[in-house]
Amino acid sequence: MKNRIDALFRTLARERRKGFVAYITAGDPDPSLTAPIVIGLERNGADIVELGVPFSDPLADGVVNQRAAERALQRGVDMGMVLEIVARVRKKSEIPLVLFTYLNPIFSYGFEKFASDAACAGVDGVLALDLPPEESARYERILAARGLHCIFIIAPTTPPARAKLIARHAHGFIYYVSRTGVTGERRALESDIARRVRMIKRVTALPVAVGFGISTPAQVEAVAKVADAVVVGSALVREIEQHGADRRLVERICRKARRLSAPLRRERR
Amino acid sequence: MKMPDRRGYFGAFGGRFVPETLIPALQALEREFAEARRNRRFQAELRDYLHNYAGRPTALTFASELTRFLGGAMVYLKREDLAFTGAHKINNCLGQVLLARKMGKRRVIAETGAGQHGVATATVAAKFGLECVIYMGEEDMNRQALNVFRMELLGATVIPVRSGSRTLKDAIDEAMRDWVTHVGDTHYVLGTVTGPHPYPLMVREFQRVIGKEAKRQILRAAGRLPDCLIACVGGGSNAIGLFYDFLPHRAVRMVGVEAGGLGVKSGKHAARFDGGRPGIFHGSLSYVIQDAAGQVRTTHSVSAGLDYAGVGPEHSYLQQSGRVKYASVTDREAVEGFRLLSETEGIIPALETAHAVAYARKAIPRMRKNQLVIINISGRGDKDVETVKGIIKART
Repeated sequence: MKNRIDALFRTLARERRKGFVAYITAGDPDPSLTAPIVIGLERNGADIVELGVPFSDPLADGVVNQRAAERALQRGVDMGMVLEIVARVRKKSEIPLVLFTYLNPIFSYGFEKFASDAACAGVDGVLALDLPPEESARYERILAARGLHCIFIIAPTTPPARAKLIARHAHGFIYYVSRTGVTGERRALESDIARRVRMIKRVTALPVAVGFGISTPAQVEAVAKVADAVVVGSALVREIEQHGADRRLVERICRKARRLSAPLRRERR
Repeated sequence: MKMPDRRGYFGAFGGRFVPETLIPALQALEREFAEARRNRRFQAELRDYLHNYAGRPTALTFASELTRFLGGAMVYLKREDLAFTGAHKINNCLGQVLLARKMGKRRVIAETGAGQHGVATATVAAKFGLECVIYMGEEDMNRQALNVFRMELLGATVIPVRSGSRTLKDAIDEAMRDWVTHVGDTHYVLGTVTGPHPYPLMVREFQRVIGKEAKRQILRAAGRLPDCLIACVGGGSNAIGLFYDFLPHRAVRMVGVEAGGLGVKSGKHAARFDGGRPGIFHGSLSYVIQDAAGQVRTTHSVSAGLDYAGVGPEHSYLQQSGRVKYASVTDREAVEGFRLLSETEGIIPALETAHAVAYARKAIPRMRKNQLVIINISGRGDKDVETVKGIIKART
């Protein structure tokens, strides 16, 4: 089955450029704004959009994403609504979409029904933060049957032997978490990202996206030197938090995304 | 069959559902614990601290006046309130901190609801010279101001958690975030039998001492096994600690008492087996109080230690298999239980424990006089005197 994520990384490789992955929380600041924001992100440099599914206990997230989830939950956003948003994006765009979620909203929705509905809506991949490969076999099969990629994280604490195990389960791309900690912006990047990405590259042919704590164009540029794609999340989510009530919110996010992804476009030339 | 299995499952419940960053630490902890379990020197050291530092074994007291008052079965009390720091929590903290030290960790963190686990962790950390950070919901800090001060006296830093419902659930979220960030030098002293594998197994093993002692003591005192065990269930560590060594004895009935809050129908409660369903929360698959979309709901209980949306996976298994019966009592009944034990036996129980007493008050009069019951007095109630005073005053 064809998957938009695979197609994208083939294109990126052919064009010798690096991908820009933009993360936002679905339904923040309002469910009606998520689809326009996604379309805007695509027009301003995003190659993949990760949609965060809000959860009551986001224990891998820093305060910025925690508050975004709280705002979305206050608007009554649930998995069904997230999939409606995806379907709305799909009417206008073929950008690869990954759901970034905790397991319980999927578990509660029902895995089979989720896989079927998510595929219908136009989701390409699912990254469940609290689903390690030891627990995932059953779920991977259900997702794969619907053409959905099960995306896994490798962390700075993951030893090489385990990275190999994770790579065996992974589809689409590997998400390398660039630091030991929760999501959120940081002034300085970890110094060993290049070495860690090389280690991952030794155990898998899958593309590697690097995220967690990347929030400036300079950081994007530095990470793009070693990774296939760069994920920016909290910096965009913070923009939404600060300007949620602004009529030109979508425009503001677009500008922010354009600025953050600029180093990757330069590289394209 | 051996529970849990290699992957940390108790039947359909348990497992290890956490972000990748923590998995290597949990694997290391699993290995260290398995080694320590077989290691005679470790076991001897733990026994020594339990005896000479924590004051074990704790007494099994015949509750003559409560027995007379209830007019049913003979009631014995397993006196975990007499363990050092005033609750069963010290058993697990000593075990885990000795393990952390063995693993070369210099910093320990913990969550706390009622403050009992926080106090026990801070105590043991002080004894072993480890840096200690306790996460506590802001709401709970208000409810348990005395315990906050105790922890600070012991040299711990108490960090108020202001996210979500500002109670135990959010304190665990925040402790997990700390652990994800400092996993290299930090051990997370989880206080109950919840969380990812190996915590439910490890904490059970450290709490089993309650049931081992109780079994020996009741055989000595009454010459036979009890007919029924009663314990309150928040995460479920005092209950599993008492129950576990009696599980093979099919004639021993067991009841876990959950917090019914304002009544299960009101929606303001923490009775997971009544108002919850299976879900994945805080690292394992177990019963969870959640809404239709799988969002974990805010719970309510007069007792901070039972005010939690999840429950240990082994309890979910024991509930499903029918081996243990789970019931709930309301806040109001718990306060009556609190007064009853104070007035009849001169023992002021923790409000958590008062739930077990309240259940006993309803069940024991229906039992025969020659039957034996053990209630686990999981903690002492000094910390709750202020709360109960407020409730009783408001009523009169």
